[in-house]
Amino acid sequence: MPEKILEMKNLIKTYIMGDEEQVVLKGIDLEINRGDFLSVLGPSGSGKSTLMNIIGCLDVPTSGTYYLSGELIRDLPEVDLSHIRNREIGFIFQQFQLLPRLSAQKNVELPLIYAGVPEKERQARSAHILERVGLADKMNNRPNQLSGGQQQRVAIARALVTEPTILLADEPTGALDQQTGQQIMALFKELYQEGKTIVMITHDADVAKNGSRIVRIVDGNLSEGVYNA
Amino acid sequence: MLKESIKMALENIVSNKMRSFLTMLGIIIGVGSVIALITIVSGATSTVTDQVASMGANTVTVQVQGTPLKQGLTQGDVNKIAELSNISGIAPTISGQTSVAFEGNTMDEITLQGKNDVYFENTEDVISSGRIIKSIDTENESRVALIGNDIVNELYVGKNPIGQEIKIGGITYNVIGILQESDSFSSTDTNSSVIIPYTTAMGVVGAKYINSMTVYIADEALADTTTRQIEGVLTKAFNGDEDGYTIVNMQSILETIEEMTSILSMMLAGIASISLVVGGIGIMNMMLVSVTERTSEIGLRKALGAEPKQIQLQFLIESVVLCLIGGIIGFILGVSLAWVVANLIGTSFALTASTVLLAIGFSAAIGVVFGFMPARKASRLNPIDALRSV
Repeated sequence: MPEKILEMKNLIKTYIMGDEEQVVLKGIDLEINRGDFLSVLGPSGSGKSTLMNIIGCLDVPTSGTYYLSGELIRDLPEVDLSHIRNREIGFIFQQFQLLPRLSAQKNVELPLIYAGVPEKERQARSAHILERVGLADKMNNRPNQLSGGQQQRVAIARALVTEPTILLADEPTGALDQQTGQQIMALFKELYQEGKTIVMITHDADVAKNGSRIVRIVDGNLSEGVYNA
Repeated sequence: MLKESIKMALENIVSNKMRSFLTMLGIIIGVGSVIALITIVSGATSTVTDQVASMGANTVTVQVQGTPLKQGLTQGDVNKIAELSNISGIAPTISGQTSVAFEGNTMDEITLQGKNDVYFENTEDVISSGRIIKSIDTENESRVALIGNDIVNELYVGKNPIGQEIKIGGITYNVIGILQESDSFSSTDTNSSVIIPYTTAMGVVGAKYINSMTVYIADEALADTTTRQIEGVLTKAFNGDEDGYTIVNMQSILETIEEMTSILSMMLAGIASISLVVGGIGIMNMMLVSVTERTSEIGLRKALGAEPKQIQLQFLIESVVLCLIGGIIGFILGVSLAWVVANLIGTSFALTASTVLLAIGFSAAIGVVFGFMPARKASRLNPIDALRSV
């Protein structure tokens, strides 16, 4: 019996643009089990970024319910949402979002600082995880001394280091050349094999195929895809 | 968290050296000028008060103008003052004009002063050689004299005057000492003076009145009360005529000087602190620019789990660190300037712990006050918008 870690029911998100009310997500139903590698495939303007923001607890739904690890995510104070993000979500961004003045290791330590992990443990955990993504010899390099693929590996290490419930990747290969992108996807598959739960947002069907499950989002509506790995 | 924030703040400041320096300049100038002014004024104050205190902080001086009926104080009046409590000694002065002679040579227009042992005990460097007037001289109305340098040079050429005789107003005295040479511009020119025991001046020379006196107070804290009591005796001595004398309490002069200079120093520091406010606005400006520039960093930190108050603290620490560095540089410059000025105008230079604390406290406070608004702005950024602004 798979463990359900994410559940959305009739989730609606609307934005007020001037006088007009714009419905971006039109009743999403979605369940994710532990160990899933879910690709959310959709063109730009489909609402997939909004969906990602809600999954990542950066935004909250207008109506409907969203349970993450059994907790109802709603309009909570920002301090509570920040704790949930820190604990549950490992973000991986298209543009890596590394802090340029910090070393690779310091970048990976960042979420642990906010989790209140002591310095010694931070160093041990960040070193271990950087080794896992194949950057044992680049720990003291700054982002600008690393290639794009290496930078994304640092970002993946940063997402993994807190051992979050979900790895949430937004176009993780979008800023990389095809070959490097494939290497990153290979790493994602390895993580999937290890039992990590991954949600990957992409507009690229070829990239989406790497997932164990694909859902398509078009015009604010979600439909289960046909592809299964 | 705090340690990380301070480290990151320093890294940010170092990586924007030029901008950080220009921003700090306002704080540097502000703190520097406040510290320089306070240090210079307090140095000058302590020099002035030291000078006044060296005249005797524990003294009350009485100048006697006299009335038509009574031109000065009598020994009886002085005795009444001596009987008051809290008096440690009285040094009366009688002054007049006389002529001196030795071995047939005469000098006119010589200042004659009658003093007692109390004066010499409380005043330093009166004589350059010989001995001072002692209480036994006062009691016995001894015919002894201290003579000024001009008299030595004119009447005792090639001789040591000590032990020699001198004729003052036709009466023969023994020279027991030579007065310290005074520069000719000094208000107390003693070069052509002779000093004899004041009792001798009254008993032998025939002076009727004491012209002035210095009263030494035992407990300075009670100086005001004692001064009022002395006033009472003096007013009675002149039959109720308060114009017969002038009384000056050194302690109250000292207090007045200190009060005035502290007002002056606060005023100057107040003017200089305007530049601190200007510097603070510069800090606020730079912090606002920094928040805008680092919007995506703020978004990322929030996505990774930073609480709003942690973001706020980080930016507040940056602004405080910036101000503290500026404050320390300003403090060093201000103190150096004060040191140079103190040496140039010859006042004393004293650096107090309170000045150091003032500089550090002020700059930290400016960091908090002017960093608060930018830091709060950073903490309130919406992470979605912040992340999008790549």
